[in-house]
Amino acid sequence: MGFFLEVLIGGLLAGMLYALVALGFVLIFKASGVLNFAQGAMVFFAALTFVGLTERLPAWLGLSPEWAGLFWIALLLTAVVMVLLAWLVERFMLRKLVNQPAITLFMATIGLSYLIEGVAQGMWGAVVRGLDLGIADEPVMGLLERYNLMISKFDLVAATVAGVLVAVLALFFQYTKVGRALRAVADDHQAALSIGIPLQRIWVIVWAVAGFVAIVAGLVWGSRNGVQFALTYTALKALPVLILGGLTSVPGAIVGGLIIGASEKLAEVYLGPFVGGGIDSWFPYVLALVFLLIRPEGLFGEKHIDRV
Amino acid sequence: MKLKKAWLTAVAAATVWGAAGLGTAQAAEQYLGLPSYRVGPYAAGGTGVFGGWIDYMKLINEREGGVNGVKLVWQECETEYNNARGVECYERLKKQGDQQNVLFAPVSTGITFGVFERVPQDKIPLLSIGIGRSDTADGRVFPWVFPMIATYWSQASAIVGYLGQREGGMDKLKGKKIAVLYLDFAPGKEPFPVLDRLAQKWGFTTEKIAVAMPGNEQQAQWLQIRQMRPDYVILLTYGVSNPTALKTAARTGFPAERIVGWWWSGAEEDVVPAGDAAKGFVAGAFNPAGTDFAVIQDIQKLVYAKGQGDMQDPKRVGSTYYNRGVGHGIIYVEALRLAQEKFGKGKPVTGEQMRWALENLKLDEKRLEAIGAKGLMPALALSCADHEGSGRVRFQQWDGTKWVSVSDWIEPDRKLVRSLVEESAAAYAKEKGITPRDCSKEQ
Repeated sequence: MGFFLEVLIGGLLAGMLYALVALGFVLIFKASGVLNFAQGAMVFFAALTFVGLTERLPAWLGLSPEWAGLFWIALLLTAVVMVLLAWLVERFMLRKLVNQPAITLFMATIGLSYLIEGVAQGMWGAVVRGLDLGIADEPVMGLLERYNLMISKFDLVAATVAGVLVAVLALFFQYTKVGRALRAVADDHQAALSIGIPLQRIWVIVWAVAGFVAIVAGLVWGSRNGVQFALTYTALKALPVLILGGLTSVPGAIVGGLIIGASEKLAEVYLGPFVGGGIDSWFPYVLALVFLLIRPEGLFGEKHIDRV
Repeated sequence: MKLKKAWLTAVAAATVWGAAGLGTAQAAEQYLGLPSYRVGPYAAGGTGVFGGWIDYMKLINEREGGVNGVKLVWQECETEYNNARGVECYERLKKQGDQQNVLFAPVSTGITFGVFERVPQDKIPLLSIGIGRSDTADGRVFPWVFPMIATYWSQASAIVGYLGQREGGMDKLKGKKIAVLYLDFAPGKEPFPVLDRLAQKWGFTTEKIAVAMPGNEQQAQWLQIRQMRPDYVILLTYGVSNPTALKTAARTGFPAERIVGWWWSGAEEDVVPAGDAAKGFVAGAFNPAGTDFAVIQDIQKLVYAKGQGDMQDPKRVGSTYYNRGVGHGIIYVEALRLAQEKFGKGKPVTGEQMRWALENLKLDEKRLEAIGAKGLMPALALSCADHEGSGRVRFQQWDGTKWVSVSDWIEPDRKLVRSLVEESAAAYAKEKGITPRDCSKEQ
């Protein structure tokens, strides 16, 4: 039983990290009705920019590399870079594609992902970097001693951060003027424009918020596995979460993440040995496919009704 | 009329002289096509290996004016470690002007498989140092493929040999439990036949656990390992799956000292992101890291001091991947020297001549010392039947800041590995209708 719980809790915590990446997708989908293929690249770009800045700022500004404030300056500058990226995306990509079919926007984000990946490595180099956020990645001793459960402190902190972020974003979408405008834009670009919603500003805001989410996801995943190109693959973990939770629901990302995280770990441990193992890469997709058959809009997605 | 004739003669003479001059200029260059990967998921490895290789060629050009006066030139093609792009690069790099590519080394098992059956037709030797199919070491069946220094099979055997040394003798492995954590791709599974036979021979058990690509989440696998309580974990992972494995191992309480990786988990890029979790981790290597080697110091003096180095970050000179690239460069240049000795000094060689040279390459300790690479790679002696040439591997341990050598060159179980190589190569020959070469008739 202890082992089962360990796998389950580990999976749930990992699921929170998947939800963190899925959030970025949800935000942009809610505001522009497009699945942003470049979200993984944005996670990579954000983490690499942060680490690159922490490496170079001491030389540029004559600071000590050990100075605690360096973290915050780098974080702030990374946020500025992500806002700039959002502005560039709106100015040179989205503005030209207003009212185009969703598939056109989707294709544009595919191109954008290659561009961001190339620019990131061009700017900061291809070297794999370590990232230490100062959160110990070790088991909680109390749980280990009392229940023989190995639950990582780092995972607990990361899951809490993801939870807080989701709560803030859910409130933002539900109760603020900008949040309501975002939802209106997602429904119909032209209708939103006709009632005076500044489409361009809304897009910059939402891409910037997705950029901030990418920073958080990038720092968490980068601290876990190193800041490297593979951060772009975190998007692969987020896709089944989106299908399950619904592309338009912020809380759905969390619930979807928890279900995917727990089920992939349990499947790997209990089904994996019968089929050669390594199934946690495709099992979430199978699960998502089953959900699609039963509930195409996802658990919390908006039901799409067309007048016939 | 006379004037016109004189003009025509002068123009003709100038044209002939010019063409001859151009011919000489072309003849004094040796072209090499390099399928490098400087962007994408494995760019850290690609920039290191190809950077080291290019720097060594720059050193030869700078210090010796090329090989016997033949200047080394090269053209890169970006593969992004992608199989389809790799094959495209192979085709694109085949020829430059009137010169044919004389060696194709993609440093990728997938691309190696992709061009594997093309190289005999194009007469371009395929160099697969530390990658590719292990049975291609049988040169009788695979005359154009050179899995030099050590194949995955030799490496697997050397890993078991190292564990035996740590235990105080191979017989002490009896009853031990070894978990094999592998990335679920072709190279990750390549060592299995050797591990299985050695397990039978020495009485240990193996439990194989797959990690799906890209391997950035391994909680389930390490919880299984924790429950299994193995004596050792053999790590056959690559890229992001390396630091992820080490971090997750630490999180689940498995000591890094009891994890032994292959050479694709033994670079700085594999351990630095794991931080303290990597301290004590041991990995195989066919080229150690470090800047103590004379050849690396020469590169620093003659290439980097003049600002001509290929590495964006000069601090990476001497890193594991970089030194691996220098090793590639040494093999290429030494084979060129040998080919020129046989087929004519001061002239560029062809793919066929290069193939002959690779097959007859002997790099003993004396020669390695002369080129400043003693200890950078094991001594090599290839033959018509043996395209591996060494099979020896050494092990290094990460102390938190650098790799420290913890073994001498370890021999694989040659008899066992060779029997597997011949068995598998014979099956391939039968399937493809290939008649193996009679090496007694080869010169």
